[in-house]
Amino acid sequence: MIPEIGQFALILALSLAICQAVLPLVGAHRGDAAMMNVGRSAAAGQFVFVAVAFACLTWSFIANDFSVLYVANHSQLSLPTIYRVSAVWGAHEGSLLLWIFILAAWTVAVARFSSGLPDAFAARVIGVLGFLSVGFLLFALLTSNPFDRLVPAPADGGDLNPLLQDPGLAIHPPLLYIGYVGFSVAFAFAIAAMISGDLDRRWAKWTRPWTTVAWMFLTLGIALGSWWAYYELGWGGWWFWDAVENASFMPWLIGTALIHSLAVTEKRGLFKSWTLLLAITAFSLSLLGTFLVRSGIIVSVHAFATDPTRGFFILTFLAVVVVGALVLYAWRAPALDSDVGFAPLSRETFLLLNNVLLVVATTLVLIGTLSPLIIEMATGGKISIGPPWFNVAFLVPMIPLVILLGMGMHAAWRTQAASPWLNTLKIPAIIAIILGVVIPLFGYGRISIMLVVGCAAAAWIVASALIPIIRSLRREKGTAGITRSALGMSIAHLGMGSFVIGATIVSAFGVESDRALQPGESIEVAGFEFHMKSLGNVQGPNFSAIEAEIEIRDDGEYVATVRPQKRQYLVQRSLMTEAGIHPGMDKDLFVALGDQLGNGAWSVRIQYKPLIRFIWLGALIMALGGLIAISDRRYRSTAKARDKVPLDSTKTAEAPA
Amino acid sequence: MRKFVVFIAAVLLTSPLFAIDQEKRFDDPELQTRYEQLISEVRCLQCQNQSIKDSNVSLAADLRREIARMIEEGQTDEQIAEFLVARYGEFALYRPRTSGKTLFLWVAPFLLVLLGGFALFRVLKHRMSLPIDDDTTNEGRAE
Amino acid sequence: MNRFLWPLIAVAVLLGFLVLGLLHGDPRALPSPFIGKPAPQFELPTLKNPEVTIGSKNLAGDYAIVNVWATWCVMCRAEHGFLLDLAASKTIPIYGINWRDSRVEAIRWLDELGDPYIASAYDADGRVGIDWGVYGAPETFLLDPEGTVVYKHLGPLDPVIWQREFVARMGASGGASK
Repeated sequence: MIPEIGQFALILALSLAICQAVLPLVGAHRGDAAMMNVGRSAAAGQFVFVAVAFACLTWSFIANDFSVLYVANHSQLSLPTIYRVSAVWGAHEGSLLLWIFILAAWTVAVARFSSGLPDAFAARVIGVLGFLSVGFLLFALLTSNPFDRLVPAPADGGDLNPLLQDPGLAIHPPLLYIGYVGFSVAFAFAIAAMISGDLDRRWAKWTRPWTTVAWMFLTLGIALGSWWAYYELGWGGWWFWDAVENASFMPWLIGTALIHSLAVTEKRGLFKSWTLLLAITAFSLSLLGTFLVRSGIIVSVHAFATDPTRGFFILTFLAVVVVGALVLYAWRAPALDSDVGFAPLSRETFLLLNNVLLVVATTLVLIGTLSPLIIEMATGGKISIGPPWFNVAFLVPMIPLVILLGMGMHAAWRTQAASPWLNTLKIPAIIAIILGVVIPLFGYGRISIMLVVGCAAAAWIVASALIPIIRSLRREKGTAGITRSALGMSIAHLGMGSFVIGATIVSAFGVESDRALQPGESIEVAGFEFHMKSLGNVQGPNFSAIEAEIEIRDDGEYVATVRPQKRQYLVQRSLMTEAGIHPGMDKDLFVALGDQLGNGAWSVRIQYKPLIRFIWLGALIMALGGLIAISDRRYRSTAKARDKVPLDSTKTAEAPA
Repeated sequence: MRKFVVFIAAVLLTSPLFAIDQEKRFDDPELQTRYEQLISEVRCLQCQNQSIKDSNVSLAADLRREIARMIEEGQTDEQIAEFLVARYGEFALYRPRTSGKTLFLWVAPFLLVLLGGFALFRVLKHRMSLPIDDDTTNEGRAE
Repeated sequence: MNRFLWPLIAVAVLLGFLVLGLLHGDPRALPSPFIGKPAPQFELPTLKNPEVTIGSKNLAGDYAIVNVWATWCVMCRAEHGFLLDLAASKTIPIYGINWRDSRVEAIRWLDELGDPYIASAYDADGRVGIDWGVYGAPETFLLDPEGTVVYKHLGPLDPVIWQREFVARMGASGGASK
């Protein structure tokens, strides 16, 4: 009964989404206020029904209703309740429903917080979001229905992939999707602007907070995925340039470019068509990512097991959305040129450099991800492009970006006098060069060009980003302090610095050692002694495991005990590694069990990971910076009342504000 | 107890029956580094996108053993790559070798940066020629 | 107007490739680099009789099938019935390479289920498997009378695949036609 309610709710949601898509757009065109207002109500209704459907699916999991095919495939009687909930989005159909749910939630948020926007514009935004909802709901109902029944119902299910039975991975998709899907708002804002033909600085001001929030969640989602891969997959890596990882990273890169481009458009009304293009691209990359992951077109341990039919559906949808947007763009963009300029040394130039380098980076990731496929089409030969290429290629635009980051922050709009600017940068430069040498050499005992560049870059960014904060703290009483916007910028950039130092140090100084160990034996890695005290078996709720107790000592002094496990999940019978990690801000000590060898010994992978936590800390700080930036005064409601006046009052009929 | 026995049996039956030492180690640190570098760049063909360094499946173990043997025999990285490619194709290497069809991969980063620089230059030139003042009534914020 | 069309053009090209990619099929299928080349040389002890060796020399002279199998391989069991039928029809000699397996288990397997192979080579450590570019079992190679690899199939064989991929490539001179 409940699954049928869920299915029916989805169908109702679809009908409401169709209303939501069509009526406001028509209404905006005709200036019909009643029709435009339907958008908000339809969005609210759609959200309610999608929420009902989501609740029904969740209930089916919690209640172990194996007559639902999706539940039967991905759950099990002995699955702990919390994972029964996260299993809802653990595979294709359910994660699609999650996507739909989050899209509906974003739409309601836009409907709720758009009172400061002109009615026609808001209606168009909601209409576009409705169109997107229609596409996804159709996709779900036609090809990927989570409520399909399995008759006769089995007594027990196929269990959730053990890799997914983990708290980190449980929240990774929701966070990631809030980001991915959130770019649809910027996209909708772009389409709405192109339909009406008006795009000005206010448009940029409206778009910015929505984009920043989406970007924040995407940052957190990606970081969580990286952290999870590190501790769960057992090989101690944090980024593999896997196609699915790239699928989430590309929207992030373009999203970052978009945030910066919006700053220019808001401040000076420049780069309008470019910002539009970025907004279209960011969401298109989100859709492309969805396609890549669910179509079966690429090889990845992340990819959902699915089939080409679904792939064709998403591809068609992607084509319609992107081609439609770009046709609008080709039509409207030429008229958007503005006629103000800026000097070569100015904030605008640096932001332009930021955009160019980020777009280059994104293009490279795209090339690396899709080239194996394209080359196979073109020549029939199969090649692999992996970390050896990506790591090198990605650094080419990134190193200049990181250096320019420190400089651009202090450049003024329109034109910047060289001398005071260079003066500001003197101290960070000196700090950077000193620390660039000191950190690797005296912190870790080795030095190389890349190390100096990496450490200097991190120090450079941090020192440069701290300057506005320090100036604000030291300001004269009564003068204006740093704005939230500027504070957010500094903090986000600090996060970047944290990331750079973490990535540099762990890549250069991480130590990995695979050895055979028996109970009673010890090994020395990176100056620490790892002693296997015992090896025994433990029982979990739905798995059996062999657990090793390993004591770590530093020069005889006790550091920690870690308990790596080799688990076998009872239903899927796959073997999983649970690493034993001793975490720390200065280093992680990581131990994972490999294979059982003869005579009671096991192969053990031991890793020393200095500063690895700075990588994820950096992402957290970046997200925090974004949060602070959007809490700035000018995005709050009081400022919005002024925006209600439409851009061109002759174009739309509007009730007096 | 019974569950444990079943578990151990399952482990033994699903793992490679002739489990060998996990890693070949060279006493010479240079050779060891070379070995680790090589195995991190060879694809595990039985897996879904992992290197043979990170994978535990039997083919990965076999390939690691072969590579260690070849290093010991004094073969160069080139020869080892050729060995793998002759048997599994270019797909086996994560670092695409520079050939006609992959040359553009290694040139692409620099080419793109150059293109970007060129585009940037043109935009700057255009903007430099325009009047810088505009009638903003906005607050003079730095961001 | 011109330059604003470029994104659209680029996207259209990309979409074209993605459509082709979808039509292409399994991204994991790896074509064998030996197609059209001589089969890799090998010589191994046979499974049932370690004194006797079997190798490339045995394969020449006629079309032949080399089937890589193991007792731990579930799909090998699935195709075993077909292989027995094929052996019984005497269409083509079938040789086996028992890959990374236990000799005792393998012999028992063949005793229980039937032995379609003229002989099976015993590849204990997988080195010959690597030489043949084997990365999953079962794999089946079709060799022509000169010992050149004509085709490699990954996965279990069945009558449909046999007709479509193997018989079609065997030409007029292959054994007794079926």
